[in-house]
Amino acid sequence: MTGPAAGTDAAGLGRARAVGFVLPALVLIGVFLVFPALWTIYLGITDYRLTGLAAADPRVVGAENYTTALGDDRFRTSLWLSVQYVLGSAVIGQAGLGFAIAWMLRGRRGPVRRLVEGLVLLSWILPSSVVAFLWIALLDRDGGTLNALLGTPGAAWLLDHPMLSIIVFNTWRGTAFSMMLYAAALESVPPSHLETARLAGASTLQQLRDVVLPRIKGHILTNMLLISLWTFNDFTPFLITAGGPEGRSEILPFYVYTTALRGGQLGFGAAVSFLILLINLVFALAYLRLLRNRNRDHDHDHDRDRDRDHEDAALPGPGPAAVPGPAAVPGPPPAPGSGRAPASREAAG
Amino acid sequence: MTISLRGLTKVFPGGVRALDSLDLEIGEGEFFALLGPSGCGKTTLLRSIAGLETPTSGAVAIGGADVTALPPGRRDVAMVFQDYALFPHMDVTANIAYPLRIKKVPRARREAAAAEVAGRLSLAELLGRRPGQLSGGQQQRVALARAIACRPKVFLFDEPLSNLDARLRLEARTFLKRLQDELGVTTVFVTHDQGEALALAHRIAVMDAGRITQVGAPSEIFHRPATPFVASFIGSTPMNLLPGRVVVGASGPALHVAGAVLPAPPGLPDGEEVVYGIRPEYTDLSAAPREDAFPGTVAVLENLGTSTLVTLESAREGGDGLVQVVVPEGQEPPVGGAAWAVPRPERALVYRGDRLVGPRGGPA
Repeated sequence: MTGPAAGTDAAGLGRARAVGFVLPALVLIGVFLVFPALWTIYLGITDYRLTGLAAADPRVVGAENYTTALGDDRFRTSLWLSVQYVLGSAVIGQAGLGFAIAWMLRGRRGPVRRLVEGLVLLSWILPSSVVAFLWIALLDRDGGTLNALLGTPGAAWLLDHPMLSIIVFNTWRGTAFSMMLYAAALESVPPSHLETARLAGASTLQQLRDVVLPRIKGHILTNMLLISLWTFNDFTPFLITAGGPEGRSEILPFYVYTTALRGGQLGFGAAVSFLILLINLVFALAYLRLLRNRNRDHDHDHDRDRDRDHEDAALPGPGPAAVPGPAAVPGPPPAPGSGRAPASREAAG
Repeated sequence: MTISLRGLTKVFPGGVRALDSLDLEIGEGEFFALLGPSGCGKTTLLRSIAGLETPTSGAVAIGGADVTALPPGRRDVAMVFQDYALFPHMDVTANIAYPLRIKKVPRARREAAAAEVAGRLSLAELLGRRPGQLSGGQQQRVALARAIACRPKVFLFDEPLSNLDARLRLEARTFLKRLQDELGVTTVFVTHDQGEALALAHRIAVMDAGRITQVGAPSEIFHRPATPFVASFIGSTPMNLLPGRVVVGASGPALHVAGAVLPAPPGLPDGEEVVYGIRPEYTDLSAAPREDAFPGTVAVLENLGTSTLVTLESAREGGDGLVQVVVPEGQEPPVGGAAWAVPRPERALVYRGDRLVGPRGGPA
């Protein structure tokens, strides 16, 4: 979205005017993104509090916040719950279900497809607060829809299975993105490849393994990157369980929120936020490295042995399917004081 | 293996009738072409044999056994697609051996089989490469090798040559014909190129609108096309198809066609409207007026290398359209001059309605 054209001056603007065009955006990014992020890092090494003496005169305490956090059972439990939440609702739930729906709807036209797509998209475009209310109504112990449907009056889903509840909730909420991305990816699989596998007698699983997955690997990685980051930073389920009961669904963003704002330890919260940012960074770098390896394989194929006939332009090479760039990585993790998770999902929906 | 189709009908959702109760017998070891314009149903027919399309009604039998209900993987057929459908992430060996891998042939044996077939198709040097590193002709041979390696009962080729450039296509055509001859496996291929069908096939089925218009050996299809549609479709230069009328005079019946008076096949009533077909190759050019020739003005000369295609614009009032003549090199008439196109009567075809009525017992 920003940055002058690298290398050549395609637009013919000249350096000064190019900078002039880009500057407003850079200023906005600096003021609203870079500065708060740096400020968060600074706060993380202080004992800044919401109230009291330290609010007026914060002291630099060095790495103390970090050692406290890493030694805190509650933080480690939170981290583990977050891992469960990401694996359960993003990797298995959203990506798995999204792929399954995309695969089943592949090649289908007409009302069934439109209906399924419509329903899945609906859960994606509804505002978080509305959705949270719907889910509370669904899972409520007395008079909840689910209990009425299952004939299990009095089952307290949110109290007995808080993690499962928010995992199912987030799966339901976010499947649309994966479904649409995979549906687009599946379009790029040539029908003749699937048919060749079918003629050889390949089962559906073998077709997926030998034809589909190698073809859409890049899409899968990109999708995993995006949805794991979004899910890791997701704050919406707080509206359903508020991290409870007894912290049993307190994933990291909730932990930051409760310690920083409810507990008033802004410095400590900032430190934990920075840890979340580092974890996100590790995620992102790992995925990007996988993606890059994959692209390098492709380039390698293309560069070696260029003794091809000139008609090859029309031939199906292993053209790397256009992979959405990693530019859409969501914003920074929740900074204390913002009081909510980054709104990347809402922005994307 | 023989292939036998009975009353095959395919109606796509939306009502498009791609195949219309079609019957066809393909013999053991035959190289059989399905020829027709795009949308005529030839690819649907091929895919129905493969099992990739489920017919709305009718039956498909391979080697005498009804396979209509069998999925593609259990029909023991191999198909080469127009885009070759090579898996880009596998090297040549893995691509060729893929059907064997699915059939759970042990790795050593399937790789030996792949290497053997690759050797026959001069791919031995390329076994370790990915499809992206191969030329179009090489890719085509890898696709063929993959089809051959699993020793199917039937080969199905979908436009096997259309992704190659013109020069390579001729080489590949010869190669393909020899290969099929050596393997002796029943082969059905789809093409929209009449030259390809004539050159490769033992027999050709010309298709139009979901039906087979004519089945026959290439020479039969070329010399005695059953309908004006087939006549117009076959031949590298389109056949002259001219409207005419039967006139029974004192000296017997004659055909009046575009200013020429020509001998008529027997048994046609006076005043009958017919279509007179003559190939440009079977038409000679005369500089002097003749009664049995189409008069016209030379409009266009197209050099075909060893010959020239001359297009005459009909000079006569009421005569419509153009007549084309192929003349040997060095005998081109001047553009704009008058000329007469003389059809060779033994090569002429007369259609009444949609049926060939003469000459009877002409050259086959």
